[in-house]
Amino acid sequence: MVRYRGPALLIGSLGALLVLLCLLSLALGALSIPLDQVVQTLTGHDVDRTTGNVIWSVRAPRTALGLAAGAALGVSGALMQALTRNPLADPGLLGVSAGAAFAIVAAMALLGVTSLFGFIWFALAGALLTSLVVYALARLGRSGLTPVKLALAGIAVTSLLFSVTNAIILIDPESLNRYRFWSAGSLAGQTGEVVLQILPFVAAGTLIALACAPALNSLALGDDVATSLGRRPALVRAAGVIAIMLLTGAAVAVIGPVVFLGLVVPHVARVLAVRAGVGPDHRWLLPISALLAPILLLTADLAGRLAARPAEIQAGVLIAFIGGPFFIALVRRRRLAEL
Amino acid sequence: MTYFRLAVPPISGVFRPRMLALCLLLAAAAFLAFCSVVAVGDYPITLPEVVQALAGVGDPGTLLIVRELRLPRALAGLLVGLAFGVSGALFQTMARNPMASPDVIGLTQGSGTAVVAAITLGWTGGLSVQAIGLLGGLATALLVYALAWKRGTTGYRIILVGIGVSWICTSATDWLIARGGLFQAQAAVGWLVGSLNGRDWNAVLPLALACAVLLPCALLLGRQLRTLQLGDDVAAGLGTRVQLVRFGVLLAGVGLIAFGTAAGGPIAFVALAAPQIAQRLAGAAWPPALASGLTGALVVLAADLTGARLIPNMELPVGIVTGVLGAPVLLWLLIRANRAGSGG
Repeated sequence: MVRYRGPALLIGSLGALLVLLCLLSLALGALSIPLDQVVQTLTGHDVDRTTGNVIWSVRAPRTALGLAAGAALGVSGALMQALTRNPLADPGLLGVSAGAAFAIVAAMALLGVTSLFGFIWFALAGALLTSLVVYALARLGRSGLTPVKLALAGIAVTSLLFSVTNAIILIDPESLNRYRFWSAGSLAGQTGEVVLQILPFVAAGTLIALACAPALNSLALGDDVATSLGRRPALVRAAGVIAIMLLTGAAVAVIGPVVFLGLVVPHVARVLAVRAGVGPDHRWLLPISALLAPILLLTADLAGRLAARPAEIQAGVLIAFIGGPFFIALVRRRRLAEL
Repeated sequence: MTYFRLAVPPISGVFRPRMLALCLLLAAAAFLAFCSVVAVGDYPITLPEVVQALAGVGDPGTLLIVRELRLPRALAGLLVGLAFGVSGALFQTMARNPMASPDVIGLTQGSGTAVVAAITLGWTGGLSVQAIGLLGGLATALLVYALAWKRGTTGYRIILVGIGVSWICTSATDWLIARGGLFQAQAAVGWLVGSLNGRDWNAVLPLALACAVLLPCALLLGRQLRTLQLGDDVAAGLGTRVQLVRFGVLLAGVGLIAFGTAAGGPIAFVALAAPQIAQRLAGAAWPPALASGLTGALVVLAADLTGARLIPNMELPVGIVTGVLGAPVLLWLLIRANRAGSGG
């Protein structure tokens, strides 16, 4: 199988990089732990109480969250761009982040919810409901669901919800105060339970997305061609929307609206896939995005921990400062594979 | 649609009755909304009085209120809407993408970062908020164009570089808001939403001058732009000077947005939605520039009017209402479209 050596190598090296980052993420921070002690703790040998505590109750959940949320945003970004056939589509386009933001602000201002756990379920419910509404609206009318209608319906609903959200935070300073920290995006301060709670959503979404991958390649040729190749465009789109809803909803609810990650990562993945000799093939693009996005997210999180020790800068902020220049340099260097 | 050719004067062109009727209708509606914005307030003025006062007839008190208080705000709304709509149409045509808007190349975000930095860090350098927003936007646009330049530019590369730059700007803004004090965060969010409250002649005059120069340029370039839609190579083959037209379009679009944002803040949704609404109303295959501008003006003025009236004793900023008013219109047009072509 000479054909697959390039991409397999690519995925292998990305995977290795990710494992290294996970170890660093467990080792570095306000308290630095040597790598051998990290490995010992992970394999079940207690080094000492503090080290074990820091790793198991603080850094392991944080790293796992980075992995899960990053992979979710990467996959759903690639999926969104494939479904709308638009390079400007981000996973927030279905109204997911607007719905989550609106639900959080409404829960704070109208229902008086203040605990972090309350937030997550409201955000998730808001995200899921909103994307269902966008999908239903885009399907209405005689022409059915087209990529442009999906994108524009998403934009319309998103701006409607952000308008209301902005109105609430302008009137109620207390809501603004909490909202602005969620909005900057961070991996910090989550417990292992939260990570376990979003894991089923991420797993289900990823599986659906991977199952759609071959059909997405046919869909890129247009609905008519895809139909004649034996695909069912409407079914693929419905499955894709469900996957995006689960993935982005879970990620955004916990770490904040870091949707730009999902916008940029697929572009990088396409460049890498072309370099590896497979072209924009979604069977490779989705796994590559799933590895790339957590790499970027964990790097940003690490940098945020180390830059201002013992304080932190939110990962959501640093992703842009690390990823942005890299992305621009990439765009300048390579001939880009257009969608 | 009919083609015509005149012997004297020697001109030829296309006559589109639907486009003409649409533009006239939109202009009439925008004028009505404009007069209503002037008429509404603590001191009520009737619509006929407004029209008279605009022509310079009426009692001195009414004239003073209209000229000094109400007219600048209404003009700001009209011009901001026109600028955003036309600029959005240019960008969407150039990028051949209905999701493209000046926001995409980071202009608005750059303005936002500059203004929020000035508010939260308390450093203004003696400049007004308007000037800071304008400089921030123009600097960002210049940066994007320079970064995308590599033996010429392509529309796609400009957009992708713009995505990167706007991403950095958005994050910087979020970070500034999160680390500043709550009071400053409120002021920052207030500006980011976009508002026309209390705009005086100082805010309107720069925008009016910019519109006087840039709007005609933009409308003329809109025609050249249509060949660009066929792709760079075909356009060059048809005799369009691709790099020059693209640079002109960027310059006009960026200028309009930068001045509009400086006057009214980054009023959401107008640049993106107005061209799409106009395109569907006109039944056209591309966003028509003039109709988009008029739609934008109508949306902003109607939103300002609604915002002032919706909740008693509280003026909602126009940026909040544009989303609430514009979104249902766009959704309705999307759903109503019965052909794949007009639905997108």
